[in-house]
Amino acid sequence: MGIENLFLGFQVAITPFNLLMAVVGITLGTIIGVLPGLGGANGVAILLPLTFTMPPTSAIILLTSLYWGALFGGAITSILFNIPGEPWSVATTFDGYPLARQGRGGQALTAAFTSSFVGALFSIILITLFAPVLAEVALKFGPPEFFAIQLLTFSSFIGLGGGDPLKSLVSVLLGFILAAVGLDIVTGQLRLTFGVTDLMKGFDFIIAVIGLFGIGEILLSVEEGLTFRGAATGMNLGVVLDTWKILPRYYRTFVRGSFIGFWMGFKPGGATPASFMSYAFAKRFSKHPDRFGHGELEGVVAPETAAHSAGVAAMLPMLTLGIPGSPTAAVMLGGLIIWGLQPGPLLFTEKPDFVWGLIASMYTGNIIGVLMVLAFVPFFAAILKIPFAILTPLIVVVCAIGAYAVHSSMIDVWYMLIFGVIGYVFKKLDYPLAPLVLALVLGDLAENALRQSLIMSQGSLGVFVTRPIAGAITAVALFFLLMPVLTPWWRRYRAVPAAPAARRER
Amino acid sequence: MTRTIDLVTAGALLVVGLVVVGDSLRLGAGWGSDGPQSGFFPFWLGTVLGLTACALLVQAWRRAATTRFVSRERLKPVLIVLVPAIGLVLLTHLIGFYVASALYLGVYMRAVGAHRWSTVILLAVGIPVATFIIFEQWFLVPMPKGPLEAWLGY
Repeated sequence: MGIENLFLGFQVAITPFNLLMAVVGITLGTIIGVLPGLGGANGVAILLPLTFTMPPTSAIILLTSLYWGALFGGAITSILFNIPGEPWSVATTFDGYPLARQGRGGQALTAAFTSSFVGALFSIILITLFAPVLAEVALKFGPPEFFAIQLLTFSSFIGLGGGDPLKSLVSVLLGFILAAVGLDIVTGQLRLTFGVTDLMKGFDFIIAVIGLFGIGEILLSVEEGLTFRGAATGMNLGVVLDTWKILPRYYRTFVRGSFIGFWMGFKPGGATPASFMSYAFAKRFSKHPDRFGHGELEGVVAPETAAHSAGVAAMLPMLTLGIPGSPTAAVMLGGLIIWGLQPGPLLFTEKPDFVWGLIASMYTGNIIGVLMVLAFVPFFAAILKIPFAILTPLIVVVCAIGAYAVHSSMIDVWYMLIFGVIGYVFKKLDYPLAPLVLALVLGDLAENALRQSLIMSQGSLGVFVTRPIAGAITAVALFFLLMPVLTPWWRRYRAVPAAPAARRER
Repeated sequence: MTRTIDLVTAGALLVVGLVVVGDSLRLGAGWGSDGPQSGFFPFWLGTVLGLTACALLVQAWRRAATTRFVSRERLKPVLIVLVPAIGLVLLTHLIGFYVASALYLGVYMRAVGAHRWSTVILLAVGIPVATFIIFEQWFLVPMPKGPLEAWLGY
């Protein structure tokens, strides 16, 4: 049954228009991934209003391709410019940049793109196999189970996110509060509007994403005074083929990275820890651990495989449960709702052409993506040679267009600026932004699940503990919540040093 | 000082929490005739936010005041981006988005980047024209327009 559906999916994904969408998405995505201040999440957010009139399948193919492109683009800046465009590319800079400095940039880039592709492919195959099964299980879920999964999502940000757990919690709560502003559709009452008409329609997550990640990131990067001193790409067909001859040597690293990535990735915020973990494992099992950090090719393979595997795996909970695993997936989920699709397990039975078209497009998109980035690296790297005084206002203009286009309203552009300043301050104070965006997207869904659960149980919270599946998920969620309290104690007991925390998060 | 900003932020979060709790109590945060009342979910969000903000206040208070939040010379480039961006949005209200963005791009490239006039004019006119074609014509996403567009018949 799975194979037939996948075949159906390929018939959708390989139409000329959808292939064109994939190419456009990957091109834009790679550019966005290379540019400072524009990441996958807000690239998808800016483009989202343009897809309102498209068929949903083409729209999701465009947006997911943009996501793959942004993932590839992150590797380019990490290796050539020592600037991790995304938090999960931080580990790639450790060995990628030294390689580029030694004139082996072409080799590093080839290894990075190939590893990304292998990691992605691994996760896509697992999604193809497991998504229908998971959706089938999820069909039996009621509101308590869905609320428990939401709880798990946010508690894993708090417990496993790596930052200050209190600040992560604040981020989650603020997202939910912003989502609650405006008309409460269940009771018809106005919440948190204080009589201001402009607040009645609430805060749109697209605006928040563009402001927090777009404007906020630009403010942060000009403050850090980024200058781009890039190494030469040194990329040609000969280098690609030679590198491909070396890469099979690292098959263990590929397999390990793929598994780590998938396992970490379908939980929220997993890509960054996955890349670090994969790097650490590769170093530990290497015959020459001393070479890591000075330009070891395996040090590029390990984090890139895991990061992409995790990036793709984040699509699994979004598709089957309607719970996004990353801010980018959250924006896409918001897109599904706007296109009139109900995210969650029912999609598999009600819109099989959409779901399988999307899954098939993950294969085609990543194949097109790896070929395109391999071929056009110098072009993408040249973008960073554009002077900052041209790039910065251009990015602001693009962000403003994206923000205005959502509701054709100027107040949204002002919100974007305000969110930009908040994003800048929050980043400087190490408040994570991803949980805020996820909570803003999921706010209404979470609240409805909570309401319906409590109606079922007539107000007793016991409903989240006594139902077997909900109870098990709640137990894991509570365990994650307690992690920040338990870990220091456990570390002292075992005398394990703390893992390096990723500095930036998008 | 980072510590001061941390304290101010935590204080602001506490205020947000209290405001949310207040509004939720107005709506009713308990059990209505047919389920949780409108203020139920926000009430608990606000309560936990307030408590977390208190914990963060304590945490920030205890911390040594060493690192600077942002130095004066580092704040300058931030304002150089932020202030013109505010100007862009203000101007959009008056003269429409396309003319405003042309002015914004031109002024920024000339004043901040000190690029040649030929580059500045080419890009400051070219980019808004390109966005007009892409958004207005291809994707049918209308942007705010002013007197110039009206004069041109759009």
